[in-house]
Amino acid sequence: MSDKRTTVDEMIGELRSGMTIGIGGWGSRRKPMAVVRAICRSDLTDLTVVAYGGPDVGLLCAAGKVRKVVCGFVTLDSIALDPHWRAARQAGRVEAMEVDEGMFFLGLQAAAWRVPFLPTRAGLGSDVLRVNANLRLVRSPYGADSPHLADPEDADVELVAMPALRLDAAFVHTNRADTAGNGQVLSPDPFFDTLFLGAATRRFVTTERIVGEGELADGTHPLATVAVHRMLTDGVAEVPGGAHFTANPPDYGRDEAFQKEYAAAAGDPDSWQAFAQRYVVVTDDEYRAHLEERAQ
Amino acid sequence: MTDPDVTRAEFCVVACADAWRGAGEIMASPFGTIPSLGARLAKRTFAPDLVLTDGEAALMVGAPPIGAKASELVREAPMPYRSVFDVVWSGRRHIMMMASQIDREGNQNISAVGPHAAPKVQLVGVRGAPGNSVNHPTSYWVPDHSVRTFVEHVDVVCGVGYARAEDAGAGATRYHDVRRVVSNLGVFDFDTPDRTMRLASFHPGVRVDEIVAATGFSLTVPDDVAETRLPTPEELDLLRQVLDPGSLRDREVRS
Repeated sequence: MSDKRTTVDEMIGELRSGMTIGIGGWGSRRKPMAVVRAICRSDLTDLTVVAYGGPDVGLLCAAGKVRKVVCGFVTLDSIALDPHWRAARQAGRVEAMEVDEGMFFLGLQAAAWRVPFLPTRAGLGSDVLRVNANLRLVRSPYGADSPHLADPEDADVELVAMPALRLDAAFVHTNRADTAGNGQVLSPDPFFDTLFLGAATRRFVTTERIVGEGELADGTHPLATVAVHRMLTDGVAEVPGGAHFTANPPDYGRDEAFQKEYAAAAGDPDSWQAFAQRYVVVTDDEYRAHLEERAQ
Repeated sequence: MTDPDVTRAEFCVVACADAWRGAGEIMASPFGTIPSLGARLAKRTFAPDLVLTDGEAALMVGAPPIGAKASELVREAPMPYRSVFDVVWSGRRHIMMMASQIDREGNQNISAVGPHAAPKVQLVGVRGAPGNSVNHPTSYWVPDHSVRTFVEHVDVVCGVGYARAEDAGAGATRYHDVRRVVSNLGVFDFDTPDRTMRLASFHPGVRVDEIVAATGFSLTVPDDVAETRLPTPEELDLLRQVLDPGSLRDREVRS
């Protein structure tokens, strides 16, 4: 079996400016933050970021890496709004393709299933269709005379055709992984990570700890916790603390004090510069060292 | 009849609880402290089959006090976000969302104030509001009723109101059901011929003309509009002694 171990820098090396990048996790939970920092310190620009948005979106916007964000929300959970995202949007610096959370899910699912769209009621009647003028409706081909019409009220019904959200690359962070690229999620919610990977051309997993092939199924945890199978991954990198400061139980919870500092750094350019010098445009070793200093 | 001992926040809690009266075995999804207390109070009393989540990725047994530690919760089944859409799109849910803006037709905004391309104020985002509002019963909680929150037309339609659903056709109206709006001043519904907002009850201590003045559109006020009901002694006891002994409810709505 091929050994898919690699590094975050090698993963990032495959990206190009203008690409569409999917980021797993949800809000300020289990985000591949080491990858996000690596993108921030790269010379990549004009990215389209597709995410259930948290500080990944805020950081990338603050670092000027983003042209467009596809999302249903951006939140830090314990802090309702990400001030970096808010500042970028209010200045008109970043375009938003804002869709319903469920439409977003179907967009990833459509890409993963290689169909151009999936139908849904979600979005009908809302301004999601006004602010995204390219979204289209689809009329059900099953009319009143069709033997396949399950519900007469749905004859010829018009629904939203949520387009596939195809990704050039996707990144997720798991609690454990093996060398073959299977990923184990010990947190209570696998979110939509497998769909991000399924929707992407290049698929990358960062993880707290890499174990040998077959060692994830050692009887300690149900096999179902291995949410990501290796057909969905091209590379895996061990990054302890790689989701910091977002929540990644059972390995660690959200670093609320740090998140507050991150949010406060949006106050003015000087505080952002100071924060970025210390915690963003740094290597992973420097990041961990600065966190240790901070804890003292 | 006003019981001077019952606080405004407590009237709001029972008004929220009543939204789930008769709901049966569905998921109650409350946003905000007072709707959360309302859902738990409903489950403890007249709606015992309600299904509540632990706020993370599971359904929980019973209706524990607000602010209970995660380690104290008893879980009965997993409910990751991906499964939430199975619930939403099957209709087995009644959500009570918050609204930064709500309008006469029941449209709700949590996305942005001002133009969407460069908002004056960026809010959290549409979240699941578009899909929720056309798939299952939806209510709203507005803790700060004013002409800034109750507006003629919301800037971005997230949760879909009656006229917009009608315009969008059968796909939108089939399961569309905006039930009620609870604010710190009163309770509102859409039981009017043209499905626009009506004052259903005013909280004791609030005058109807105050509500009209704090509303940025023409509100239907029935001649016989009544006060919001009192909590029963059992409800009051549960709320004060069991569900919210620390009075977190008073932080969301002051008396």
